[in-house]
Amino acid sequence: MGNQEHFRVWRGDDEGGDFADYDVEVNEGEVVLDIIHRIQATQAPDLAVRWNCKAGKCGSCSAEINGRPRLLCMTRMSTLPPGEPIVVTPMRTFPVIRDLVTDVSFNYDKAREVRAFVPPEGVEPGDYRMQQVDVERSQEFRKCIECFLCQDTCHVLRDHEENKPAFAGPRFLMRVAELDMHPLDAAEEQGVNRKEAAQDEHGLGFCNITKCCTEVCPEHIKITDNALIPLKERVVDLKFDPMIRRKKRASRS
Amino acid sequence: MTEIERLSYDVIVIGAGGAGLRAAIEAREQGKKTAIISKSLFGKAHTVMAEGGCAASMGNVNDKDNWMVHFGDTMRGGKFLNNWRMAELHAKEAPDRVWELETYGALFDRTPDGKISQRNFGGHTYPRLAHVGDRTGLELIRTLQQKIVSLQQEDLAETGDLDARIKVFAECTVTDLTKDGDRISGALAYWRESGRHLVFEAPAVILATGGIGKSFKVTSNSWEYTGDGHALALRAGASLINMEFIQFHPTGMVWPPSVKGILVTESVRGDGGVLTNSEGKRFMFDYIPDVFKGQYATTEEEADRWYTDADNNKRPPELLPRDEVARAINSEVKAGRGTPHGGVYLDVSSRLKPEVIIKKLPSMHHQFKELADVDITKEPMEVGPTCHYVMGGVEVDPDTGAASVAGLFAAGECSGGMHGSNRLGGNSLSDLLVFGRRSGAGAAAYIDSLGDQRPSISDDDVQIAARRSVAAFGDGGQEGSENPYTLHQELQQTMNDLVGIIRKQEEIQEALDRLEGLKARGEQVVVEGHRQFNPGWHLALDLRNMLLVSECVAKAAILRTESRGGHTRDDYPTMDAEWRHVLLVCTLADDGTVDVERKEQIPVREDLLDLFESDELGKYFTSAELSGRN
Repeated sequence: MGNQEHFRVWRGDDEGGDFADYDVEVNEGEVVLDIIHRIQATQAPDLAVRWNCKAGKCGSCSAEINGRPRLLCMTRMSTLPPGEPIVVTPMRTFPVIRDLVTDVSFNYDKAREVRAFVPPEGVEPGDYRMQQVDVERSQEFRKCIECFLCQDTCHVLRDHEENKPAFAGPRFLMRVAELDMHPLDAAEEQGVNRKEAAQDEHGLGFCNITKCCTEVCPEHIKITDNALIPLKERVVDLKFDPMIRRKKRASRS
Repeated sequence: MTEIERLSYDVIVIGAGGAGLRAAIEAREQGKKTAIISKSLFGKAHTVMAEGGCAASMGNVNDKDNWMVHFGDTMRGGKFLNNWRMAELHAKEAPDRVWELETYGALFDRTPDGKISQRNFGGHTYPRLAHVGDRTGLELIRTLQQKIVSLQQEDLAETGDLDARIKVFAECTVTDLTKDGDRISGALAYWRESGRHLVFEAPAVILATGGIGKSFKVTSNSWEYTGDGHALALRAGASLINMEFIQFHPTGMVWPPSVKGILVTESVRGDGGVLTNSEGKRFMFDYIPDVFKGQYATTEEEADRWYTDADNNKRPPELLPRDEVARAINSEVKAGRGTPHGGVYLDVSSRLKPEVIIKKLPSMHHQFKELADVDITKEPMEVGPTCHYVMGGVEVDPDTGAASVAGLFAAGECSGGMHGSNRLGGNSLSDLLVFGRRSGAGAAAYIDSLGDQRPSISDDDVQIAARRSVAAFGDGGQEGSENPYTLHQELQQTMNDLVGIIRKQEEIQEALDRLEGLKARGEQVVVEGHRQFNPGWHLALDLRNMLLVSECVAKAAILRTESRGGHTRDDYPTMDAEWRHVLLVCTLADDGTVDVERKEQIPVREDLLDLFESDELGKYFTSAELSGRN
């Protein structure tokens, strides 16, 4: 059968913890989640790990492997350096519940702060018309499986608890960008300016486009290039373009 | 025992997949205070795994499509065992349910004139599946999730509380339903995080817990699919139908072993992919069954022309309903014409340009590259059948989703009838929406009918249920100490080997014997550790449900002495019209075993029968049933 590998898995809860060591069998084609499950079934039945689909589609099994934010189910053992211990730790940006399971409620709170899609008035269901090229931009962002690895890796949030109230993080700034680019979103007609909200309510200015979020995205969404930078550009247009500012001032007076 | 927290709602929805969320939206929009209880985090439900699309006869790509054609395809797919009223409602209402999603913000792929694009799929006469690449289920879940947030934002504006009228209880598991006399009165649950119990007082409970696939070894289903709703319904006194019908999806990954069973979407075939054996032969032409003769292409040339000219050519047999394709693959492998890893080849690389494959099948490209080191734009995939869907489920009233117990409702995969003996691809997402909404409305109407006669939950019931749920920690009078992981593996192996895609009397009997042993050992399960996020404990509780539901599957399977849809008997290989009008109904006896009874189906309404040629009906119905028709 397979090789033996050495795993170091962080175990503990919100009061603290330490690494536990496991020597465990690894077979051809297996992913890290398979090995965690083997440890559960044979050595540590109460080892806590969150997972669902085991196919990279639900974004539940987020953790850090050798310090890198990854999905446990999409990290093949063959891609890790052979003969070295494999270190598995919970996501660092969120409070630990137990072992590899973290409290990700921060993300669900942020999701509820983004004003929902506003359907256009007077367009009946069935009468929505959009061109493929126009929906494609937002469709890229809707590939997001909400694994929150981008939130975990973002240096604005990681180790900066104090930024959390003011900063939605890449996942939810991307959600704002998605709605802003939705061809039929009627938020503006309701007096909601999504660009302004991105800057004033969701903390877009904190982002200094280091692209860490894009690097860890298991869906390969170009979060920085396609969502955050264009959103920043539109905010700049809105807030700092001298012509627009003059027009605004004129309309106010 | 410590005091258990009590919460009061009008409706609780168990399960946060497509059916549960759509039901909750409806209940909330009808003014009912609604709780959604989910074993997982919000937005992780198994619905995200649905790839191909959502079937609805909008006629955007081929304007010949309409509800009657969709109804006919659904009945054919289910070998006419379907609850015809459900199939009718489903076909009629699916377009409205899809269009409604656009008003929630969904972004489907488009046709050149800006409408929702629709794709071909097995068993569907016309391109019918609304889709987003091959991640349609994710779009559906996210859209419904975001609609719920939208409703919560409305409630915040009005009441100052986001959770005032609709609240999500994530990572919370229901272990038992409670009753006040004959009526449902609520549910007992525990938080996965802390292990603490809580009680939901509610006159109406909607089950939307999905399927049972985790009782099988090779499955496309996620860990949550442990038949919870099926088991909760049984224990509350409701009945299950059609439990012998399990859909094995023809194309699951077969290699590497750790990903065996993961789904390969039917869209691969809908978009032009072909199945070949180790001799390079497109074998599906040899497997067109009599009932579908004349409806499918018989030569490769005609099949290939169909992709560009569907009106003048017949469709390729790779697009037969799933049960037919799964059996064909099984036969090829058994005959020694399989691939090195025990599957057959599914190839798009020789059929479509790489950039088209990446555009139309991005998740498949990604999945094979990351998990199997296979580039599907350059080489064929290896695929084989995987346990995918249970047609059977809670017996419900088609119009309201009401089960036989007052106050209990069910929708989606955990309800039964809609798909008959075999579900067509794409009919699951539309089923969730149509019957999710109907069950939400059904629950709301039921509550209105109660007036102030609302049921209550007795403390004794709560304490008994709570004690039972923690029995696995060792105070349940166990003499041995069984490991839940070991029992689960044995159950999966048993169901896979003995009540799998091809069945026979002796094997099912052996499965029943083994299940009895597993059930006894299940009483002896002991888990280590404490109640805080303890997966061993969670599995021990899920195992109780899986064992009960597996017993239903095996007991129904041994009684049905014919082959139909998702039930293939080696010893009774043909379809028998005398079985078409018979349902096998499972209930729970007082001694905790499953009883199965035969029940006659309600005859199909005449105007619906008129939608079919009498030649075709003759293949499915008895002559007595058709007498008096011309």
